[in-house]
Amino acid sequence: MRRTGVFVCHCGSNIAGTVDVERVAKEAAKFPNVVFATDYKYMCSEPGQQVIKDAIKEHNLDRVVVASCSPRMHEPTFRRCLESAGMNPYLFEMANIREHCSWVHPDKEKGTIKSIDLVRKAAAKVVKDEPLQKSSIGITKRALVIGGGIAGIQVALDIADAGFPVTIVEKEPTIGGRMAQIDKTFPTLDCSACILTPKMVDASQHPNIEILSYSEVEKVEGYVGNFDITIRKKARSVDMSKCTGCGTCWEKCPTKVDSEFDMQLGKRKAIYTPFPQAVPNKPVIDRVNCTKFRTGKCGICQKVCPTGAVDYEQQDELITEKYGAIVVATGFNQFDHSVYGEYGYGKYPDVITGLHFERLINASGPTMGKIKRPSDHKIPETVVFIKCVGSRDEAKGKSYCSRTCCMYTAKHATLVHEKIPGSKSYIFYMDVRTPGKGYEEFYKRTAEEYEAQYIRGRVSKVYQKGDKLVVRGEDSLIGRPVEIEADMVVLANAMVAREDAGDLARTLGISYDKDNFFTEAHPKLRPVETHTAGVFLAGACQGPKDIPDSVAQAGAAASKAIGLLSKTQMESDAIVSNVDESRCSGCMICKGICPYKAIDAKLITERVGGKMAERQVAAVNKSLCQGCGACTVACRAGCLNLLGFTNEQILAEVEAVCL
Amino acid sequence: MSLNTEALPKSQEVTASPEAAPQPWEPRIVGFACNWCTYAGADLAGLSRLQYPPSIRLIRVPCSGRVNPQFVIRAFQRGADGVLVAGCHPGDCHYSTGNYFTRRRFLLMQRLLEYMGMDPRRFQARWISGSEGPKFQQVVTQMTEDIKALGPNRKMRDVE
Repeated sequence: MRRTGVFVCHCGSNIAGTVDVERVAKEAAKFPNVVFATDYKYMCSEPGQQVIKDAIKEHNLDRVVVASCSPRMHEPTFRRCLESAGMNPYLFEMANIREHCSWVHPDKEKGTIKSIDLVRKAAAKVVKDEPLQKSSIGITKRALVIGGGIAGIQVALDIADAGFPVTIVEKEPTIGGRMAQIDKTFPTLDCSACILTPKMVDASQHPNIEILSYSEVEKVEGYVGNFDITIRKKARSVDMSKCTGCGTCWEKCPTKVDSEFDMQLGKRKAIYTPFPQAVPNKPVIDRVNCTKFRTGKCGICQKVCPTGAVDYEQQDELITEKYGAIVVATGFNQFDHSVYGEYGYGKYPDVITGLHFERLINASGPTMGKIKRPSDHKIPETVVFIKCVGSRDEAKGKSYCSRTCCMYTAKHATLVHEKIPGSKSYIFYMDVRTPGKGYEEFYKRTAEEYEAQYIRGRVSKVYQKGDKLVVRGEDSLIGRPVEIEADMVVLANAMVAREDAGDLARTLGISYDKDNFFTEAHPKLRPVETHTAGVFLAGACQGPKDIPDSVAQAGAAASKAIGLLSKTQMESDAIVSNVDESRCSGCMICKGICPYKAIDAKLITERVGGKMAERQVAAVNKSLCQGCGACTVACRAGCLNLLGFTNEQILAEVEAVCL
Repeated sequence: MSLNTEALPKSQEVTASPEAAPQPWEPRIVGFACNWCTYAGADLAGLSRLQYPPSIRLIRVPCSGRVNPQFVIRAFQRGADGVLVAGCHPGDCHYSTGNYFTRRRFLLMQRLLEYMGMDPRRFQARWISGSEGPKFQQVVTQMTEDIKALGPNRKMRDVE
């Protein structure tokens, strides 16, 4: 026999207006196990909570039901109230007679009957409530940042400044990411490298930051506060501890390869650093193209290295480390526009992408900052920009807007005007979107002062005529076809997720959207968290972003990680799955169903027929379990149960409402 | 785990307040609502004062994937005229995959119930997000009307 107290709230007239609350309380008093029932004007108010506390004491209550608003609103309030009255806060249920009854059923008689049913349901469930305890877990005070672009660097600096050790894992030989490839940044036109490289150096010199370049995350185990992460340090073929970055090796290397950093517009050696300001400024050997690795002959770099750092025998190395928090900042890729055959990319060398153009205008790029056509190195006089290549095009590309293209195209047009006197830029656009500080002004200036001609419409075809590229499109504002003879065509490709984003998401146990961008926990209120506790997002891996937005999000992700790492212990929810080991057959079907990898097999020893025997059963990690209950339904033996929502509790509710 | 049903007052008895005229038959629908979407959607219907028939009794579960077919069978056994299982839209599950299990189980369950001679319309699954108060209203209204047309569930009611 339980001693349940039922408290019915008037909520002013919100409930009492359409529900006969006194009658609800009177009926509730007749329910089994209910020893006390009353009603009060505002149950959630200070005096209302006092009514509950007094009744708990006076009537020696061991279960409490409050019939009021939605538990999504005030469940935590009343749980705290129980706690302060010395009760376990989980011996409590709410009947939602406001949102689900008084506000939607104006008929007082019917509403009252439904309220009585809902209270009966809560009273039936509360009897089966068990006292639950929150568990606490320790936290490893270290953070891992995946990706060393501007977002990753910012996250690492912010966390490191707060006093926690950070490791940056970057798959390229250097940190810097996409921003290092960019020449100037909108809307201020300051040089990208000038603001990025000092940050790269800060990161490399920070006592709390360790940079693992040319490395990738291989495996993630564990859970929030206690991740065990295996990192693959790819064989650089260069001993980092011996190398001084003097550069003799790449000067002498005879093999030239297209540079990925320069978007195949320039060359690099087979032993190389991607760009002169690389951090760490130590080379790697590209084993696919290196003559030594291909034919076994050469070995010049090893001969010329003054410190003997070149090591052809080096192997990939796997290291496993413990981390408390993970920030994912893996950035984006460019959309593969080969689907737009009509733009002639690949066919005509002078049709290039925005990122190619960045390398062409960059002073340390393959043309030393002179805008030259890739085909014949002539300086173009007429440049056509085509926006929304892949963005906002569900038929061929992506449905979303890439957010940055309007601005960088305006920047490119400005730079064409500045660098090539007498030149002319045409920009084909669908809409011009400039939703940032100073962005609209920048665009206006491009169109008005820098005389870029904006043409609203899509391009239907690009074809060669002599040494010109004819761009044929439509000006939809005047409703006429247009044809422009251009020297160069620049495509504003969409920003897309990294091709391996799905794999990384599966490794980390986070979700991703239809376009492979990682999904935040809540689009508005939890923009940098993921559904996996302890894993945060920064930068364009979560969706297209420009530099200011990436840096802002990086700061937010860092503060979330710092908040987590600053605790020594963290509480996890008490509503978790529970195994009845005596009935568990160890089939482990539940393991595959759990979206949080919270269930694992464990061996128990038990006495069977006078002998000790070992047997496999399922074990739930209470810190990982989020309490969804998917495993409970899949369990064939019915030995898994969700605390707080047990089979017995829900069946009691079903029976109570069906009466 | 069955309750002592004798001890609980029946709602018919509760209804019998002396001055009330005899009410026409109202179907009784048991609704399982996931905490994150449908329960929130029902709360929003309340906040927006969207009226619907008082036929449904919602049981809150963390995820529609928590709904054991056993719960559905028990509801019909105890005389529920309809059962609604509702959760987040596929792809939007708070627990990322729970509602996919719901979807598969639902289809199987509905076929089982049909095999047992129940009209499958008595058992429905719906995706109602936290922002879809009007959809919750519409689903409950529609389901109530459908079941009114079908009449009370006599098929699986416990032998009294």
